[in-house]
Amino acid sequence: MQLTVWTYEGPPHIGAMRVATAMRGLHYVLHAPQGDTYADLLFTMIERRDARPPVTYTTFQAQDLGRDTAEIFKNAVREAYARFRPEAMIVGASCTAELIQDDPGGLARALDLPIPVVPLELPAYQKKENWGASETFYRLVRALARPPAGRAPGARPDRAPGARPTCNILGPTALGFRHRDDLREVQDLVGRLGIGVNVVAPLGASPSDLGRLGEADFNVVLYPEVARSAAQWLERTFGQPLVDVVPIGVKATVAFVEAVAAAAGVDPGPVLAGAPSRLPWYTRSVDSTYLTGKRVFVFGDATHALAAARVARSELGFTVVGLGTYGREFAREVRAEAQSHGIEALITDDYLDVEAAIAACQPELVLGTQMERHVAKRLGIPCAVISAPMHVQDFPARHSPQMGFEGANVLFDAFVHPLMMGLEEHLLAMFRDDPEFHDGVAPSHLGGQPRPEPAAAPAPAPAAITVAWAADAEKELRKIPFFVRGKARHNTERFARERSLPLITLETLYDAKAHFSR
Amino acid sequence: MNAHAPLPGAAGGPVLRQERGQRAVFCGLTGIVWLHRKIQDAFFLVVGSRTCAHLIQSAAGVMIFSEPRFATAIIDERDLAGLADANEELDRVVRRLLERRPDIRLLFLVGSCPSEVIKLDLGRAAERLSHRVAPGVRVLSYSGSGIETTFTQGEDACLAALVPGLPPEAAGAPAPLLVAGALADVVEDQFARLFAALGIPVRFLPGRRAAEQPPVGPGTRFLLAQPFLADTARALEARGAVRLAAPFPLGEEGTTLWLRAAAEAFGVAPERFEAVTAPGRARARASLARQRALIAGRRVFFFPDSQLEVPLARFLARELGAALLEVGTPYLHRQHLAEELRLLPDGTVVSEGQSLDDQLDRCRAVRPDIAVCGLGLANPLEAEGVTTKWSIELLFTPIQGYDQAGDLAELFARPLNRRTRLEV
Repeated sequence: MQLTVWTYEGPPHIGAMRVATAMRGLHYVLHAPQGDTYADLLFTMIERRDARPPVTYTTFQAQDLGRDTAEIFKNAVREAYARFRPEAMIVGASCTAELIQDDPGGLARALDLPIPVVPLELPAYQKKENWGASETFYRLVRALARPPAGRAPGARPDRAPGARPTCNILGPTALGFRHRDDLREVQDLVGRLGIGVNVVAPLGASPSDLGRLGEADFNVVLYPEVARSAAQWLERTFGQPLVDVVPIGVKATVAFVEAVAAAAGVDPGPVLAGAPSRLPWYTRSVDSTYLTGKRVFVFGDATHALAAARVARSELGFTVVGLGTYGREFAREVRAEAQSHGIEALITDDYLDVEAAIAACQPELVLGTQMERHVAKRLGIPCAVISAPMHVQDFPARHSPQMGFEGANVLFDAFVHPLMMGLEEHLLAMFRDDPEFHDGVAPSHLGGQPRPEPAAAPAPAPAAITVAWAADAEKELRKIPFFVRGKARHNTERFARERSLPLITLETLYDAKAHFSR
Repeated sequence: MNAHAPLPGAAGGPVLRQERGQRAVFCGLTGIVWLHRKIQDAFFLVVGSRTCAHLIQSAAGVMIFSEPRFATAIIDERDLAGLADANEELDRVVRRLLERRPDIRLLFLVGSCPSEVIKLDLGRAAERLSHRVAPGVRVLSYSGSGIETTFTQGEDACLAALVPGLPPEAAGAPAPLLVAGALADVVEDQFARLFAALGIPVRFLPGRRAAEQPPVGPGTRFLLAQPFLADTARALEARGAVRLAAPFPLGEEGTTLWLRAAAEAFGVAPERFEAVTAPGRARARASLARQRALIAGRRVFFFPDSQLEVPLARFLARELGAALLEVGTPYLHRQHLAEELRLLPDGTVVSEGQSLDDQLDRCRAVRPDIAVCGLGLANPLEAEGVTTKWSIELLFTPIQGYDQAGDLAELFARPLNRRTRLEV
C-alpha cells in the first residue's frame, strides 16, 4: 500500500478513455462499478467538451456481484454497438472489474460483432494513465493500420519524384496538457515546410484514418508518453522513420524543424529565417538580467520536465536545482538530463517525496504540475504549471501552446509571471519596514496577499547536531530577501553543522555567505 | 423499518417507476469533498485503488491545499498477491500519516470497491488502530464504495459510523433534539437560533470537531435534515432514538413542516410556534416571489444524483409553480420520503434507479426547460440546447431553512437567467 495524498496519474483506463475520447467513430465499453463514471467529468468539465465521452460503463453494483456480471458486460457491448454504431470498439476493465476477472476481450469476441473489437489488458494495480494511453493507441494502431497498397512489408516508403512528402502527427489526446494548441503550432510548422499531414492521431482520427497511417513517409511523435511505442511499431512494420524531437523551447523547435525537414528531404531555411520567436529578445533585454541564476525546481511528465529544464537553463538563464519526473518509463532520459545540470534526478510518483525534495533545495521558483502548486502554497514559493496533471484553468480559451515558436513566447510569460519583478525585488532588499511592500507579501502584481514563512524543511533531519541561532544572527537573517532566505538559512546551518559550531553568530552567517558565494 | 412499504400511489399521488441499467452517478467517496470541511479535525483515508485517489482529486483538487485532509492508501499488486500483509501495510500507512498530521483527532478509514471486493476488514482495522493510537486519535471506518453507495450515501455511511461512539444522554436532563445531516455552518446556526426561540434544546450530527459530538439515547428524538440518511437513522434507532417524521427543510413550506414536527414532539404551543416562525416565513415568501416569475410554468426534468430530487421537486412545484416532467432518484426510501411524496402533485413520475441512455432519450423527447443533472451530462446537454442545473452544487451550497429559500430558488433561476442574458 502506498500513502497517496495526490496522484500524478490516473489509473490506466483513464489513458484508454483519453484515446477513445480524442477519436471519432470509436466506442469504449468499460467494465466498471457504479461511480467510475466520474471520469466523464474530466472531459466534460476540465476539458469542457460539449459531448459525452464515447464510453459505456457497465456500472455494476454489489447486488450484481452475486449474479452474472459477465452477462451485464455482454449486454452493455451489444447495446452500445446497436446505439452508437461505431467503426471499431475497445473493451476493457477498470481496477475493480479486474478483480472479478470477467475477461472482457473474450466476452466481446463471443458476440461476433461486424466491426473490429480491440481488447485492452490494462493492469490497474501496476500501470498508470500514460501507460494506458500508450498501450491503447499501440493496440489500436496494430489492429487497424494496413500497409499501403503495393508496398512490400517493412520496405521504406518510396515517394514518387516531385510528390509532396507527407507525415503523420502522433500523440495528441483528449485531456492532454495544451495538446489542442501544440497541434496547431506543429501543423503550421510542418505545413510551412511544404510537408503534407496524412493523419493526426489519436486526436480527431477515426479508426479508418488509423487504417491509412502506413501511407505517410514518416511519423512525427509529439508526446512520447503516448505515441512512441505505436511509432516504433510503425517503423518496424511499415519502415516509416520517426522524428521524436519535442519542440518545446526555441532551441528544441529549431532542432525539430531541422529533423522534420531532414526526414522529408526539404530545406528548413525559410521556416527558421528571421526571428520566429520573441523569447530570445525578451530574455536578452536588460529587464531579464535579474532572472540570472534564479534557482528552479522542475517536475512533471518526462517530456515537459526535460523541455522545461532545458529552457530554464539555456533560454532564461535560471539554475536548475531540482529535476524529476513521475514517468518511470522515461527515467533514463531524465537522469541523463539531470546529470548535465550537476544534480540527481528525482524519479518518483510519491507526492510526499517531491514535497521533501522541494523543501530541501529551497528553490525560488517551482515549475511543476497542479500538485506542486499545493507544495508551493505550503512553502510560500512562486509556481507555474508546465505539465499534467492540471486542472480546469490549464485548459484556457486563448491560444496557449507550449510547442513551437509561439509556445516559447508562452513559456517566457508563464515562467516569469510568478516571480517578484526586478525593481520590487531590489527595494525589498534595501528597505525592510515598508508597510505595503514588505517581504511577507507576494509579488504586488499577484495581489500581494500575505504568504507563510517557509516551513523549516521537514527534511529527514539527522537530529544528531542541532544548531542554535544567536538572536542578532537570526535578526540579520530576516534582512535577507524572502525568496532566498530559506536557502541562506539552510546553507548557514549546514556550514555550522559541518564545522560543529553549536551557535550561529553574525560571523557564522557571513562566513557561510562567503563560503557558498558563487 | 419497512423501506418498501406500499405507497399512496393508486388513488392519486406520484407514479413510481424503477429502472436498471447504466448509471451516471458518483460513488460515496465523493462525500469526503464536503465532510472533510465540516468536521475540522477529521481526516479521511480511502483504502482503494488509484481510481479512487483520482476521483477525489479530480473533484477537490482545483482548490490548492497546503494541508489536505484526505488521502488514499493505494492497494498495489503486493497487497493483492498476499505478499504483503494488508493489515500491516495499513498500519504503516496510518503511522506515516499521523506523524505528518499530529493535529488529526478523528481518522476515517473509507472502504472502496477494491477493498470491498477483496474483503479487507476495515472495521477490524479501525478497532485495532484505535487501540494503538488512543487516546489522541479515534479511528472509524465506513464504506464509500460505488458498488454499495451512491454519492450522498457516503455521508450516510460516515454518520452511521459515528453513531455507536456517540456519548450516552446525560441522566436526568431532558434529551435535546438531534438534527442529523451535515449542514452549512450558517444554516446550522440559524436552526439553532430557531430551536432556541421555540424552547427546544438541540444538538447537531455531525459536530464540527471530533470531541464535540452530540449525545444519544432512548429519550432522544431526531429530525433528519437530509433525505439520504437511511443507515444513520437506523443506527440512531438502534440506540433507542426516535425519528420525527417530516418533509425536509427546503423552502418555506418544507422548513415550516420540519420545524413543526419538532415543535409538536416537544409540546411547543401553537401560538409560540406561529410567533417564532412568522418572520422567517414572511422573508422566505418575499424572496421566493421574485424568483417565481422566472420559474413558474417551467418544465423540469431531474436525473438521479443525490436523493434530494424528491424534496427539491416538491419545492419547485408547490412554491415556485414549476411543472415536473420526471423526478429521478438513485434510491427512494419510501418511509423517510413518505411526507414528501404526499406533497408531490398527483401523477408526478418518480423514477428510481437509472438506465442512462434511455433516460437521455426521454429527456430529449420532452425537451425540458431545465434539466437537473450531474456534471458528466450538463455540458453535453447544454450543447444540445437544453438548459441545465448541475446537481452537485445543491450539496455544497446552503439551501435549507427560511433564509436560504430564495437562494435555493435562485440556483434554478440562474441558468435560465443566464440564457436570456447571453447574446453571443
